[in-house]
Amino acid sequence: MPYPWQELEEAPIARVPTSEIKRSSWRTMRPVIDYDRCISCMICWKFCPDVAIRIEKAPEGHKYDEIPVIDYDYCKGCGICANECPVKCITMEREEVGP
Amino acid sequence: MKAVLTGNESAAWGARLSRPKIVAAYPITPQTTIVEKIADFIANGEMDATMIHVESEHSAMATCISAEATGVRTYTATSSQGLALMHEMLIWAAGARLPIVMSVVNRAFAPPWSIWSDHMDTVAERDTGWLQFYAENNQETLDSVILAYRIAEDRDVLLPAMVTEEAFILSHTVEPVEIPDQGAVDDYLPPLDLPHRLRPGEPVGYGSLMMPDQYMEIRYRMARAMRRARRVEEKAYEDFWDTFGRLYAPVEEYKMDGADVALVIMGSIASTAKDVVDSLRERGRKVGLLRIRTFRPFPAEEVRKALSSMDAVAVLDRSYTFGHLGALATEVRSALYGSSPPIKNYIVGLGGRDVRVRDLEWIVSDIEKVAKEGLDREITWVNLRGGEE
Repeated sequence: MPYPWQELEEAPIARVPTSEIKRSSWRTMRPVIDYDRCISCMICWKFCPDVAIRIEKAPEGHKYDEIPVIDYDYCKGCGICANECPVKCITMEREEVGP
Repeated sequence: MKAVLTGNESAAWGARLSRPKIVAAYPITPQTTIVEKIADFIANGEMDATMIHVESEHSAMATCISAEATGVRTYTATSSQGLALMHEMLIWAAGARLPIVMSVVNRAFAPPWSIWSDHMDTVAERDTGWLQFYAENNQETLDSVILAYRIAEDRDVLLPAMVTEEAFILSHTVEPVEIPDQGAVDDYLPPLDLPHRLRPGEPVGYGSLMMPDQYMEIRYRMARAMRRARRVEEKAYEDFWDTFGRLYAPVEEYKMDGADVALVIMGSIASTAKDVVDSLRERGRKVGLLRIRTFRPFPAEEVRKALSSMDAVAVLDRSYTFGHLGALATEVRSALYGSSPPIKNYIVGLGGRDVRVRDLEWIVSDIEKVAKEGLDREITWVNLRGGEE
């Protein structure tokens, strides 16, 4: 959240790493993965420019051991994952609530 | 200790006495002899500093920025195109709130090439967030370096500062100068304690992105620091008077009591103007001089106080801001807004053209005419071959 000037330091210095700064409010479209069609190729993970896709262990009984999971705290909705997905299982859906 | 020094030697002594740890510079006429003198001091073991030779003025300022961020005092000097090449880094130094001190030997811009005196180089950097002090003589050139560190490094300020002296008229001309005692300077100027210095055990990000929701607040803090510098400056002058017995002020009033018209001048021309005021006063002419020492932060209140009761005011600019008036005239007019006598701008001495006693006497006669008859024109170029259109 933005600070009033009284609470700022004199010099513009970042005291927290970028990973702590969540900018999901930039997003107007959100990528949603259809895991029934996803082939776990991880091309989305490789292309995500903001490292907002993690590889996680799949739930019990899933057809693959690992699946890509989108971290909506950091995803800015650029749509590159949806564009690169070879089986087109990622759809971009409009965000309902603004920042 | 009394010595006969050039302006540049005076600047070098000011730096030496202030004990910077890093001096980074690139040579440019007429600044070169400042850095040469500092190199001598270091080579002779008289100054405990590292001289970093760089490939450009942009790099000189970048080096000072990096060094200053680690919490050490830094110094550099330049002129003219060299200062212009630094421009991007000047903004960075101010924005990063690093109280670097730099001497600038005022020199005209090219083309056409000129190595002589002109204020356009530093006036063009007015808006970078640097404090600016214009020296009138060599003593002030030396003292102002020490003063600049004291003001710039104050926790309420933390902005860089430039001290200017004019090319050749001061830089290469000798005058008797009192070199302050090192012990007294050490008492006056404590070691730099930069609150946001780089600490290896406490990693932070410098120069990171700031979104529109926060940028204005950072700029407001900077504006506030510039405003607070006014008070810090007053205190620095008071203590300087107590320690060294020389008095400085953001503006110097010279024979302003009982004056009907006033000259407003920055830099060494004020020295000639004092003689002109003296001799005209002896002949019963009621003229005074207001010398602007501090151009940033601009001492608007003092200017208003000194000038609002004048019948007319002549503002001399040793530079021209293309498209309107000279920068000093613009500032003075804006400071006097709402209570202003007629103000006429005189463009003088560009590219080192001598501003003679008779030029100044003509300006006084002209402004006396303005006081009686009103303003004939807003601006005039003095001693222009061929006259104006």
